[in-house]
Amino acid sequence: MTTVTADAPARKSVIAFARHINIAVIVFIVLYACVGFLQPSYLEPTGFMNFLRRSAPLAILAMGQLFVLIVGGFDLSMSALVTLTVIGGSMLANNDPANTWWTIAALYGIGLAVGGLNGVIVSFLRVPSIIATLGMLLCVDGTAMMWSGGSPRGYLPDNFRAFGRLVLHDVPVVGTFPIAVGVLIVATSLAWWALHVTVFGHRIFAVGDNPRAAELAGVPVSATRIVAFVISALSAVTGGIMLGGFGGVSVGVGTGLALQAIAACVIGGVQLLGGRGSVVGAVAGALSLLALFTLLNLVGLPQPLKDTAQGLILISAVASGALRLRRAG
Amino acid sequence: MHRASIAILSAGLVVAFATAGSAQNFDDPKDFEYAKQLLTMKPQGPEGKPWEQNLGGKEVDTSKYKKPGPYKVCFSNAGVDNPWRVVGWINMQAQVEVDKADIKSFTVADAGGKDDKQISDINSFISGDQCDILIVSPNTTAALTPAVEAACKKLPVVVFDRGVLTQCPVTFVNPIGGYGWGIQTANFIAEKLPKGGKVLGIRILPGVDVLETRWSAANRIFKEKGINVVGAEFTSGDNAKTKSIVEDYIKRFGKIDAIWMDAGATGVAAIEAFEDAGQPNPIITGEDQEDFLVKWQKEKLIAFAPTYPTYQWRSAIIAALKILKGEPVIGPTWKLPQPDITQETLASYVDPKMPPLHYAMCGCKDLPGYPQRWGGKP
Repeated sequence: MTTVTADAPARKSVIAFARHINIAVIVFIVLYACVGFLQPSYLEPTGFMNFLRRSAPLAILAMGQLFVLIVGGFDLSMSALVTLTVIGGSMLANNDPANTWWTIAALYGIGLAVGGLNGVIVSFLRVPSIIATLGMLLCVDGTAMMWSGGSPRGYLPDNFRAFGRLVLHDVPVVGTFPIAVGVLIVATSLAWWALHVTVFGHRIFAVGDNPRAAELAGVPVSATRIVAFVISALSAVTGGIMLGGFGGVSVGVGTGLALQAIAACVIGGVQLLGGRGSVVGAVAGALSLLALFTLLNLVGLPQPLKDTAQGLILISAVASGALRLRRAG
Repeated sequence: MHRASIAILSAGLVVAFATAGSAQNFDDPKDFEYAKQLLTMKPQGPEGKPWEQNLGGKEVDTSKYKKPGPYKVCFSNAGVDNPWRVVGWINMQAQVEVDKADIKSFTVADAGGKDDKQISDINSFISGDQCDILIVSPNTTAALTPAVEAACKKLPVVVFDRGVLTQCPVTFVNPIGGYGWGIQTANFIAEKLPKGGKVLGIRILPGVDVLETRWSAANRIFKEKGINVVGAEFTSGDNAKTKSIVEDYIKRFGKIDAIWMDAGATGVAAIEAFEDAGQPNPIITGEDQEDFLVKWQKEKLIAFAPTYPTYQWRSAIIAALKILKGEPVIGPTWKLPQPDITQETLASYVDPKMPPLHYAMCGCKDLPGYPQRWGGKP
């Protein structure tokens, strides 16, 4: 964190706007400045684009998780759905580019079903979402393992992988433009519009803030919850398509991602019991997490120290978020 | 990244310390020298069937276990939780089918990667009357030792893959192991690289003996030969994480000359990081996974694939039947050969019809159901 002096004037002005800006944005800028200080190539447009490409899957997952968190739930099944998307995608597409489009459609169909089921279980069977989605995590993981026999059974064709891997060159202004960044921009706009502009978005906040009051005010609580879970599941499928594209097929690809998405949201100021949160916060939280991972890679700490540092920084970020919320009343 | 999430629940830290706490010696010069010796030995046994061959070792008399067949074979499996074990497990089932005339029943308990489950699996096997012999693939070495010792008192035991800290099983079937792997791979890289060449170590996770010894042996040789190890990173076997880490190292050092891997499942992701960064492909050591071999051939890489052969799952069944028939077996340790794949032998192992994480050194081409049973296309 020796960059403080170099950045002091810039940071001062940032702090002046802090009241209007999500804290996660500031956290991200500080972390990214550290990354850039250690490795200046990250400050070039190409470096930043590459960083965004890497962050896109988690950012998209965080945005999906955001809807469920605001409505007052958790979606832990995301991790398994990412794995199922990658493994199922490789088996359906079977390394034939001609299969890519219907494969993607089928994967979204699976996502729709999983999200819908989550929502129905939580809304109508009254199972707490943390249990319902944990159960769903096991079911979906089991399905992925049964389907594949425990090991990837095929490759993803290049046009499928393009969403996570392809980089356009010779683009004006930025130089290079990864397709993943395009997907991120589209997803962010959609999520922002759905949450902050539409009536549905207002209902999400209302249900999360006080479900009883929302119900009395005529909000269709169950339908709103179900849609939130569906959005979360669809974001998991999107994230899976991009992760499979970036890294290729592996069985453990989704492990731990739901918790990371939740962590990203919390860093972005989302309240865990519902009713508060923003798309900007979720995305900035995800970018902060990825900047942190990158920073720890670059510093070259030994692994145990790296884990410890990562844990401490995450806890303090979340704690400071909680503190802020309490102060805000 | 996975670790990060655990750390949020802070339980992750406890787990991390717990694994570090049970420190075994993973860098034993004696074992290192022994592995070096084994690598130079000529395997004995039937030509072209490495799963029946042995490197040195003595035969033990098994006449006291002799029984009329067919036999009730029991198998306590640590789990089928990674692609290597998936391939091995299919090998074993196919071998059982080959020997179906001698096997009356084949009862399996899968411990799902949990020590306590495996201990109770073994206990219930030995308390019933359903087993003539018990095959164990231990989940962890120290934890399973007492259970295996208890089993030895009741019936003949065959252990394979990871070991236990007792000599009581009739035989412990395993290949040369981690030190051999480290020696083969590091020598390959050291040969191709000038002094001071930069190598990045990509590892799965800390604390597992077969992986730790791979690294300790390789690191020892890198030091001896003056190779510059710029880092050794854990990836949890995750492609995306591997790719990110390698990208960061390329950024940080400008150029990485070689990639050393303690397991090859993420080999292709590591190479893709160089491709995406517009860099020439590195010298790389991977493993016998098909996706890596296919990439190697296609991109004409300077590469090398050591193996930890999955055919040992066949050997365990073969050993068990020999014991029950009263035929001598190699014991108490049966060292299997550990062949490697080089540029010269690559073509005979590449098979794009097999799934990406199929292990080419499976010794399974003569088994019933090949290749569909292993997920391959006919």
